[in-house]
Amino acid sequence: MKAIQKTGLGIFLLALLLFNALLFMGQFELSEAQLQEAVKPEHVEVLRQELQPMLGKTYTSSFGFASDFNSYLDNYNEERQRSQQWDRVIWDNYAFALTRAASQGFVENNKLLLLLLTVILGAAGALLNILPKHRAEPAGIKNNGVMFSSNKSRGVVGITIGLYLTAIYVLLYWYPEYIVNWALLVDPLSYALSGGPASQWFLYGTIYTLAILVMGVRMLRKYRGNNYQMIRTASVMFFQLSFAFLIPEILVLLNLPWYDLKNIWPLDYDFFFDYSVASMLGSGSIGLFLFIWGIILIILGVPLFTYFYGKRWYCSWVCGCGGLAETAGDPYRHLSDKSLKAWKVERWMVYPILVIITVITLLTIANYFTEFALLKQSTGVLHQWYGFLIGSAFAGVVGVGFYPLMGNRVWCRYGCPLAAYLGIVQRFKSRFRITTNGGQCISCGNCSTYCEMGIDVRWYAQRGQNIVRASCVGCGICASVCPRGVLKLENGPEQGRITDIPVLTGNESIKVLN
Amino acid sequence: MKETRHTGDFYIRSKGRRIVIIGNGISGITCARHIRKRDSEAHITIISGETEHFFSRTALMYVYMGHMKHEHTKPYEDWFWEKNRLQLVHDWVTSIDFEQKQLQLQQQEPLQYEILILALGSKPNMFGWPGQELQGVQGLYSYQDVQRMNENTASCQRAVVVGGGLIGVEMAEMLLSRKIPVTFLVREERFWQGVLPKEESELGMRHMREHHVDLRLQTELQEILADDSGRVRAVVTRAGEEIPCQFVGLAVGVKPNIDLVRNTELEVNMGILVDQHFATNLPNVFAIGDCAEYRVPLPNRKSVEQVWYTGRMHGETLAHNLTREPVHYNPGPWFNSAKFFDIEYQTYGMVPNEWEEPVQSFYWEHASGKIAFRAVFNGKDKRLHGVNSFGMRLRHEFFDQALKENRTVEEVLVKLQEALFDPEFYEQHNHEMLQAYNRQFNTSLQPEKKKKKGLLAVLGL
Ligand SMILES: Cc1cc2nc3c(=O)[nH]c(=O)nc-3n(C[C@H](O)[C@H](O)[C@H](O)COP(=O)(O)OP(=O)(O)OC[C@H]3O[C@@H](n4cnc5c(N)ncnc54)[C@H](O)[C@@H]3O)c2cc1C
Ligand code: SF4
Ligand code: SF4
Repeated sequence: MKAIQKTGLGIFLLALLLFNALLFMGQFELSEAQLQEAVKPEHVEVLRQELQPMLGKTYTSSFGFASDFNSYLDNYNEERQRSQQWDRVIWDNYAFALTRAASQGFVENNKLLLLLLTVILGAAGALLNILPKHRAEPAGIKNNGVMFSSNKSRGVVGITIGLYLTAIYVLLYWYPEYIVNWALLVDPLSYALSGGPASQWFLYGTIYTLAILVMGVRMLRKYRGNNYQMIRTASVMFFQLSFAFLIPEILVLLNLPWYDLKNIWPLDYDFFFDYSVASMLGSGSIGLFLFIWGIILIILGVPLFTYFYGKRWYCSWVCGCGGLAETAGDPYRHLSDKSLKAWKVERWMVYPILVIITVITLLTIANYFTEFALLKQSTGVLHQWYGFLIGSAFAGVVGVGFYPLMGNRVWCRYGCPLAAYLGIVQRFKSRFRITTNGGQCISCGNCSTYCEMGIDVRWYAQRGQNIVRASCVGCGICASVCPRGVLKLENGPEQGRITDIPVLTGNESIKVLN
Repeated sequence: MKETRHTGDFYIRSKGRRIVIIGNGISGITCARHIRKRDSEAHITIISGETEHFFSRTALMYVYMGHMKHEHTKPYEDWFWEKNRLQLVHDWVTSIDFEQKQLQLQQQEPLQYEILILALGSKPNMFGWPGQELQGVQGLYSYQDVQRMNENTASCQRAVVVGGGLIGVEMAEMLLSRKIPVTFLVREERFWQGVLPKEESELGMRHMREHHVDLRLQTELQEILADDSGRVRAVVTRAGEEIPCQFVGLAVGVKPNIDLVRNTELEVNMGILVDQHFATNLPNVFAIGDCAEYRVPLPNRKSVEQVWYTGRMHGETLAHNLTREPVHYNPGPWFNSAKFFDIEYQTYGMVPNEWEEPVQSFYWEHASGKIAFRAVFNGKDKRLHGVNSFGMRLRHEFFDQALKENRTVEEVLVKLQEALFDPEFYEQHNHEMLQAYNRQFNTSLQPEKKKKKGLLAVLGL
């Protein structure tokens, strides 16, 4: 068993190595014809001139090609700006498209083989390592050695993984031209699903989904015997694979806008931005349905489901960010900060972000209805900044890149405006609570330690008080790891949901008097 | 308990009184917190030599197993103490002058008190075995014990744990988490014989064996052998068998930690003798937690109770007594819980290990052999005495009430649905249990269901 697991790990690491090595492989040579095809007609002439030295030149890596391209383009743009010729500046980002078009040679010619050797073999290796886990052990959650692990306890391995993930996110969001070779890999899959070439986002979606599936299998092994955890994990795996990955691609195949049916504003922050609305409304009756569906989720779905089940129905059963956190992020859940200070910071971040995106959205809508008389194009700037700071830097780079440093729910806890909205409903109008079992708590701290949202569960449990907190995503891990059966996630009558018990169940001395 | 003097005459109520608590375990800390809640002026000082800050003793095993760091086992953040003006002194008290009301400390200046609360805890029993002082031989009680256990097991090939109780199983689980094979010596015929009925005990043993614990019943420790360097190399059983090992865990119970007050004017027996207000024989001196012994034990209870929950209730009650009209200590129905590797155990009320007519018992075990339930009751009027549950969580509130209201076993079983506390989507066994009861006692009870209202019932809520 051990041998198989080690082999699996070995295969995974080799696949990962090859995957990274790919970035340095292949050749890039841009022809005039390719240029013409990849850019808007009005830019062809300018770019042909500016990129003259590059055309027909063979580069041995995407780095060389893309950095030459960027510097030529920057030169050109700077000059236009200096001479105030604003209308001639090229704002479009062609780096990814051109690098893609220019690629040839090894990677371009062996996409399928390389896909097999990297992504698929990597996933297979990981599964080989994961599946035999806990085979010979009785069911039961084992967090043995978590605090001694270099990976899980901010050791060298953990920090390295954190840096690696962060770097990948930076490339993905801001320098996709450098990871063209990765996107090429999943081209065959993209053609099969949507009929088009793979963008960096398709690549991201593929890896993201695989991560949830493979690490989901790990969850299923780790929490075997715990039905709540098993069903919940199966749910996030399902929603990611179908709603977030397959269905949107199929929509594209049908010439409809890419749409993740379970993504809800304000997590889906650009839902009401002019370009999204235009794209939905421009797609016939199905587009209109998607638009109405999205609005129903916001005004009916969220409050209703949250009233009945707490925000967990979304955050730890459906959501994609939550899905990744609950699977790939599970090994890091204990790294969340439990201090009172962190709770304060949380409240000062997540609610303002909700306010900001609400204001931006309202402005956008108002602007739209006044036919851009209100704010002209300046909402676009707001969109860009929000997208950059919150959508990319926070949700992606910090949100996932920092898993091994700050835990797996940094984004959900401090940043996600939808979580804030769900949380307000959960706190003030919901049947959900975590019931504390009388006086059975021994203050051991397992619950607080493994709460990914940094809730000091023990604080409540040891006072016999139910846990009713806006941030609780209902993952149920606190209840799973409690060695004394003290916690139970429940939906029940609102009456008696929030308790304050001065003296714990079991001590009659004082009640007698009072 | 017999009425004694009224505590009112018996302790100082002045404003800004100096209250000193020795021991920062659950009993001392609970008491301090509750005093502070109601007396904002008292000077409260808590002394402990073990650690500066309160931590959860029950979580020691998880620190060794790497589930948590020591930091995680502190129920309050470090700023909590200063904010609540609870002064912490990290030092050992070496002697108490009850006349002068003064404490001698090992490192720091002597301390004066007006009210002294002794919350000294316990220490592991040692039965004078030859070799018990060797390196690699230890009990498990304190923070330092876990540090020592880390060192002692750093290169251990095989370990022996002695003692058939809760701390013994915990030590076995700890060692196995680091892949150290464990031989578990139990003097009795079965595990935790003094507390568990036979079936429960067997369930526990099956599970331990499933975890590869080498369980040796009716096996007593005779002596511990040393190698040349003074480290343990083997144990010898009473039957003469030599079991090689590099670590010996002694888990044969605890006793009140009262060396500090032995041979003083404070009256002690096994523990520090207290009345029902936790007052000792000396005015302004109180004792709570593991180290206290009731002069007159409550009905059906032991005179020394060494569990977390009683320590907490002692603290709550004494704090009440020192700030309000004194009340008698009056714990409700007994409850306790533990975990044997993966199987949780809860108990409510009194379930003895053996019983006689008219007491009767109903026992149900799931086909997996890992889930079980026992109810012990009076055979004549069916009044419930207590329940044990294994691998199944039950609601404390439900049984607390059922026991206080003298419910019958049958009333409880038909309503058991309300008591189930397992996570959602777990298989529920209450119907199966009721059927088993019907078969065993020739009844035809039907489960009672809580009625749900229209929409919620439709939605399955
Ligand atoms: C490994 C282990 C697991 C346990 N698990 C459970 C469980 O699951 N459930 C349960 O109910 N109970 C459990 N117990 C028992 C429970 O922990 C004790 O009953 C409880 O901690 C006793 O609390 P206390 O406040 O009376 O004393 P303690 O927690 O022992 O505190 C006493 C403190 O006083 C200090 N002290 C003593 N003398 C001096 C001195 N002279 N100077 C300065 N300081 C001094 C000690 O160092 C200690 O820190 C467990 C015990 C152990 C050891
Ligand atoms: S894990 Fe359970 S026993 Fe431990 S502190 Fe939390 S609620 Fe209490
Ligand atoms: S309180 Fe419990 S259920 Fe809620 S987020 Fe924390 S661990 Fe999950």
